[in-house]
Amino acid sequence: MSDAFEWLYSDVVKEHFTNPKNVFDPDEKFAADAEGIVGNIKCGDQMLFLLKIQDDVITEVRWKTYGCASAIASTSILSEAVKGMGIREAYGIKPAEIAKRLGGLPENKIHCSVLGDKALRAAIDSYLEKRGRAGEFKGEDAVVICTCLNITDKDIEEAVKAGARDWERLQEATKIGTVCGGCKQRAEELLHEFSHIYGD
Amino acid sequence: MASRFVYMDYNATTPLHPEVKAEMVADLEIYANASSMHEAGRRARSRVEKARASVARLVGARDPECLYFTSGGSESNNTVFNTMYDLGRRGTAGGSKPLPERRQKIITTAIEHPCVLNAARRLEDEGFPVVFLGVDGQGRIDLSELERELDPSRSRGGPVLLVSVMAANNEIGTVQDMAAISRLAKAAGAFFHTDATQAVGKIPVDVEAWGADYLTLSCHKIYGPKGIGGLYARKGAPLEPLVRGGHQEKGVRAGTYNSLGIYGFGKAAELALAELPAYAARVGALRERLRSGIVGRVPSVRVNGHPTEVLPNTLNVSFPGAEGEAILLSLDLEGIEVSTGSACASGSLEPSHVLMATGVGPELAHGSIRFSLGRNTTEEEVDYVLEKLPPIIARLRRMSTVPASCQDGAAS
Repeated sequence: MSDAFEWLYSDVVKEHFTNPKNVFDPDEKFAADAEGIVGNIKCGDQMLFLLKIQDDVITEVRWKTYGCASAIASTSILSEAVKGMGIREAYGIKPAEIAKRLGGLPENKIHCSVLGDKALRAAIDSYLEKRGRAGEFKGEDAVVICTCLNITDKDIEEAVKAGARDWERLQEATKIGTVCGGCKQRAEELLHEFSHIYGD
Repeated sequence: MASRFVYMDYNATTPLHPEVKAEMVADLEIYANASSMHEAGRRARSRVEKARASVARLVGARDPECLYFTSGGSESNNTVFNTMYDLGRRGTAGGSKPLPERRQKIITTAIEHPCVLNAARRLEDEGFPVVFLGVDGQGRIDLSELERELDPSRSRGGPVLLVSVMAANNEIGTVQDMAAISRLAKAAGAFFHTDATQAVGKIPVDVEAWGADYLTLSCHKIYGPKGIGGLYARKGAPLEPLVRGGHQEKGVRAGTYNSLGIYGFGKAAELALAELPAYAARVGALRERLRSGIVGRVPSVRVNGHPTEVLPNTLNVSFPGAEGEAILLSLDLEGIEVSTGSACASGSLEPSHVLMATGVGPELAHGSIRFSLGRNTTEEEVDYVLEKLPPIIARLRRMSTVPASCQDGAAS
């Protein structure tokens, strides 16, 4: 019998789930320079990232999560990847890259790995904010969703954070999909994803 | 790879009883169509009727003719709701006497199996008034609320056509008061159906004492094969075929007899009835050993469901601070097989509708684990779970952002 039958996820997921790296130990002293938390318990997952940063380079990472096996594994692998990485580069890490490093994730598990990079970005944002550099990387990692009006995934994320929870309210906030409408499916997927992360 | 294999998911399905298996292997030689008139066919048919009598006995039906074979619980439930569709629309179903008055309202519960929920929603989509009764914190419906919903002068939707309440819940094991619910339904002139899929073989089931017009049961939950189930319908209760075709099952359910499945069902029913008293005592004691062991060894847990009106084999526990899928897969790595009410395990973003209906809140629902024990469960297996579980919960809680506190109830 191959491992595929023996375990729901890839070997990498299994390894990081059973032996996660850089988990914050409640008993350790970890003076974080930055902290970011996203997700909510209602949806069943929440993620906390703690970073030590020197000269815009991440020197140490700790994290905690209330989440499923893929949330634990994806955060573990992400925490390994960003150690020693510049905060600008770390800010641009995409969920797809994390999923790839994990040897792939089931479709319905992708959102779990989304939380890790969101929490990381929230931590970097808070770090920048504390140093009077608020919003410095904003937009750099954005992907254009609506080509007619040049509206990005970041614009959708901001709109959802500001309270847009359905298509009408998202359109009001961003004007997305008001020209050709070709982006609607992808935009609705993102709306669902961000509502999950920022919803209450 | 775990060296152990401890199956604690008997509410999902059961392994074949060795005696059922042995009989089915021998019965593989019987190939005749049980509807054929020749001798081989008549032999096959007599075995079908013997099985029907055994299954009827298991649910307390005096007349085996009232028991119809289906492909399983989902089909039985859908047959009842399909019949109600005709009764509500045309006042008659399957050639029954017309109802004396127009009745369309359906009353069921928020904690039913998805096949009842979705069959009821379909009637709702067709314009039928449908009420999904809520449950209390222990999973029981409120009889006074049922009484009010049955009274057209005190609720909306007009006279009630059907009351459908599951006998025992698959996730938390809570058992409803069948006789009382049935009395209220009958007094209001409504039909009474119960999905007894999880109750059969675990607690005494009696269609006469329960006053059931319809009762659903499934074979693979009682150590028999999959793909075969039963529908009890009181003599004279209308039945509209869901599967149309030949004259099998008195025209109520077409399709060549699943003879092998039916023989297995008959044997499984015979054994379930004979073993019931011993099962209840033995499995009930194991459940209590597991329950008290978990409560004693894992801090801040919540036992879900009813403390006494509960299936002897079902134990549902929430572990706040630890997420259910992560618990399930950690146990799986130790060879322990359970299920969870977490959304993460279902692929949807919604946690268990049953636990949510009991009001435990999303966090406790996401962190819930169902242990369902069975006739093969041993004391040693329970102790193995009690050894492996506490460090798993401790590990997940240690890396969790959520504190391990029970907001809505102490450990019970």
